[in-house]
Amino acid sequence: MDILITGILLGGTYALIAIGLNLQYGVARIMNLANGEILVAGGYLAFIAYVSLQLSPLLTIFLVAPLAFALNWLIYRVMLQPLVNRAKTRGQLETDSILATFGMSFIGVGLMLGFFGGDYFSYSFMAVPLQLLGSTYGANRVIAFCMAVLICGALYLWLNRSRAGLSIRAIATAPASARLVGIDVKRLSALAFALGGAVTAVGGALISTYLTLDASTGVVFTLKALIIVIMGGVGDVRGTIVAALLLGIVETAVASLLDPGLTLAAAYILFLGILLFRPQGLFGKTTT
Amino acid sequence: MAAPVLSLRGVTKRFGGLTAVNAMGFDVSEHEVVGLLGPNGSGKSTTLNLISGALPLTSGQVSLWGNRISGLPPQTITRKGVSRTFQLVRLLPSMNVRENVVAGAVFGHRRRWGGEARDHADQLLDQVGLGGKGDMAVGQLTYIDTKRVELARTLASDPKVLLLDEWLAGLNPTELQIGIGLIRSLRDEGRTVILVEHVMDAIRSLCDRCVVMAAGSKIAEGTPTEVLSDKEVIRAYLGDDDA
Amino acid sequence: MSLTGSDLRNLVLAALALGICALLPLSGSGYWLGLGVTIAMFTALATSWALFSGPTHYISLATAAFFGVGTYVTGLGIDSLPYWGLIGIAGAIGAVLAALVGLATLRLSGVYFVIFTLGLAELVRQVITWVQNNSGQKGLYVLTDLDEAGIYWWLLGLVTAVFVTGWLIGRSRLGFALRIIGDDETVAAHSGINTARAKVLLFMVPGAVAAMTGAILAPRYVYIEPSLAFAPILSFQVVIMALLGGASRLWGPLVGVIPFTFLLEAVSANFPNQSTLVIGVAFLIIVYFLPNGFVGLLDRALTRTGHRREA
Repeated sequence: MDILITGILLGGTYALIAIGLNLQYGVARIMNLANGEILVAGGYLAFIAYVSLQLSPLLTIFLVAPLAFALNWLIYRVMLQPLVNRAKTRGQLETDSILATFGMSFIGVGLMLGFFGGDYFSYSFMAVPLQLLGSTYGANRVIAFCMAVLICGALYLWLNRSRAGLSIRAIATAPASARLVGIDVKRLSALAFALGGAVTAVGGALISTYLTLDASTGVVFTLKALIIVIMGGVGDVRGTIVAALLLGIVETAVASLLDPGLTLAAAYILFLGILLFRPQGLFGKTTT
Repeated sequence: MAAPVLSLRGVTKRFGGLTAVNAMGFDVSEHEVVGLLGPNGSGKSTTLNLISGALPLTSGQVSLWGNRISGLPPQTITRKGVSRTFQLVRLLPSMNVRENVVAGAVFGHRRRWGGEARDHADQLLDQVGLGGKGDMAVGQLTYIDTKRVELARTLASDPKVLLLDEWLAGLNPTELQIGIGLIRSLRDEGRTVILVEHVMDAIRSLCDRCVVMAAGSKIAEGTPTEVLSDKEVIRAYLGDDDA
Repeated sequence: MSLTGSDLRNLVLAALALGICALLPLSGSGYWLGLGVTIAMFTALATSWALFSGPTHYISLATAAFFGVGTYVTGLGIDSLPYWGLIGIAGAIGAVLAALVGLATLRLSGVYFVIFTLGLAELVRQVITWVQNNSGQKGLYVLTDLDEAGIYWWLLGLVTAVFVTGWLIGRSRLGFALRIIGDDETVAAHSGINTARAKVLLFMVPGAVAAMTGAILAPRYVYIEPSLAFAPILSFQVVIMALLGGASRLWGPLVGVIPFTFLLEAVSANFPNQSTLVIGVAFLIIVYFLPNGFVGLLDRALTRTGHRREA
């Protein structure tokens, strides 16, 4: 029971990060391997704001989100749009964007190392115990989870109820046809990419309230987010959330029952199972 | 009729809720040229893709000489002797004309390698009218020549059954006569061919038998003259500007 | 198949170059020998990487995983088995591991493959660390009487084997099949090629080579621990070097290995904290300015001056 709740609390934040990545891959067609660095940067901002200005991370996210949005929008427009334009095939865009975002990821790590050094950073925010169903949990985890649920819910409603959301889902399903019905694919792709980055950065700020980060941990989160997206299905918000919770629970179970050093191995076993048995994702339909 | 080379029984393909091919069944005998006709979107190309293994069947069975080939991957079906061209010509851009044909000779039904494969390719290039062009880059070819290369590649493994997917589409009137002549030469060699085609002239002069599809189902089968005067067929084509 | 005149000429030139390289330890300079070991190591890794990734366009980040497994083979077996035998065993294990990874991922699109290989080194590292923690053992000592020159010659032998393998594959049906797959996978399947099998077979080559490289280099580290043996950065360096040189030719990666080794050497000597930044910039340069590597640049220059000859 303990494992289940801790796992779900962790999975909530994972869901947020993975939804960010899914927006970027599903809509803008960019497999963004620098996603984890955006997350760590979000965490850094929250850390600095808390330590130097005593600003609560829950307020910092309102600063992190627009900053990350602007940064990702710029990255897409300046660096990635040319790749989309020159790619002749989907495969070529995939290879190009993977290499380019690897480059950005390394540059991101390099810059953060340069500015902040290689130390772990953590701060204690709301590290008070909270009684829940007979067990105690850190209040920071519970709050981060609630925020994640709020943001996921808002995104889900926006994607499914608003006009822009509908257009974005249209692009995710059929980019060529979306153009034909008058959707500005380029503008909305940039928007989705920027939004995805903002969501991820907010996830980073939230995760920094209870996990220790350092400049080079980004790749671990990238990997987990990628696994979640593949498990949940590209462009599938509901699948992403389920997959994230599943990963959170499995990781927590492995960490507490076996060894905390084996969390990635746990994620990989899930990943392998999906690859072998359901490569189209948990809820995906077989496409032609 | 002798035992069929290729036979389809209850072949069905669904894409989500859409049934693209519905319970198709027909036989093809040895040395026979069968035309697969029908209005746009009637499921002809999908049927061809189901035979060649490019798409998995939803249900039904395709067999070659009585042995089931449906459910096998395309490379196995090719090795068993079913070879195809593509609706939009697909050549290998990094290779020259000869290598493109050799590509069909090395791994297919009858396998050749090295000098033997090259000689065989040159011979086929002669046959399709590209003699001496083996060293050209495929980017330099005219449209009909790209189609010729693709045809030579499909022939390179000595297939038992040849599937031609709108091979004559997009040719101008002069090229069309050349193209029809080329397919007729295959027919005269005694090859077994299924061709998906819109060009009525070609169907009349090439096909021994035709199968007509509409909305995924077979609506007629017989000689070209029979099916083209069939009421169902005329109704299916009505309003369709083709032929 | 018989050898043509230009084949023979290239063979003689290659043998001559190899002979000259083999003389390096006699120069007596420890610095240059050390650099020679690094270059030979990356040449073996990058060339075998490009053998797979050049025609298939799949980006493999599994090098560090195979390399680490190779060092552990030597580390665990050095007291009971001869060095050359361990190198062979490492190669076999690397090939089997690569085949397993390939079977799980190569049927699917390239993205799955990249992601899977990205975390592979980390996965194996976690598992080995866990096993070591449970058995109470921390690291492994590899003590041999092999000196730097010996390691260098072993690596040079491996590099030669890689080039010969690459050359043979290029002339084989498998090599031809892979060129077709690289051009158009649908056509490949409809020409009778078992595309998945061809890709898995070929992926075993870099797997085996990386594991053997690790096995050869293990004595150089003396003390082996997981975070050293499975350093993920190795995979990225190999990708950069291979792509910088150009994965379309057998000798392409070599053209990338040499300058990048010197660059990394210079950066780590002068700005030790900035090597990640350099790697990042290198990736961007490859994507935006050198999509076909130095080889592509050379090909373009030759076409422009009209002196292009078939290789």
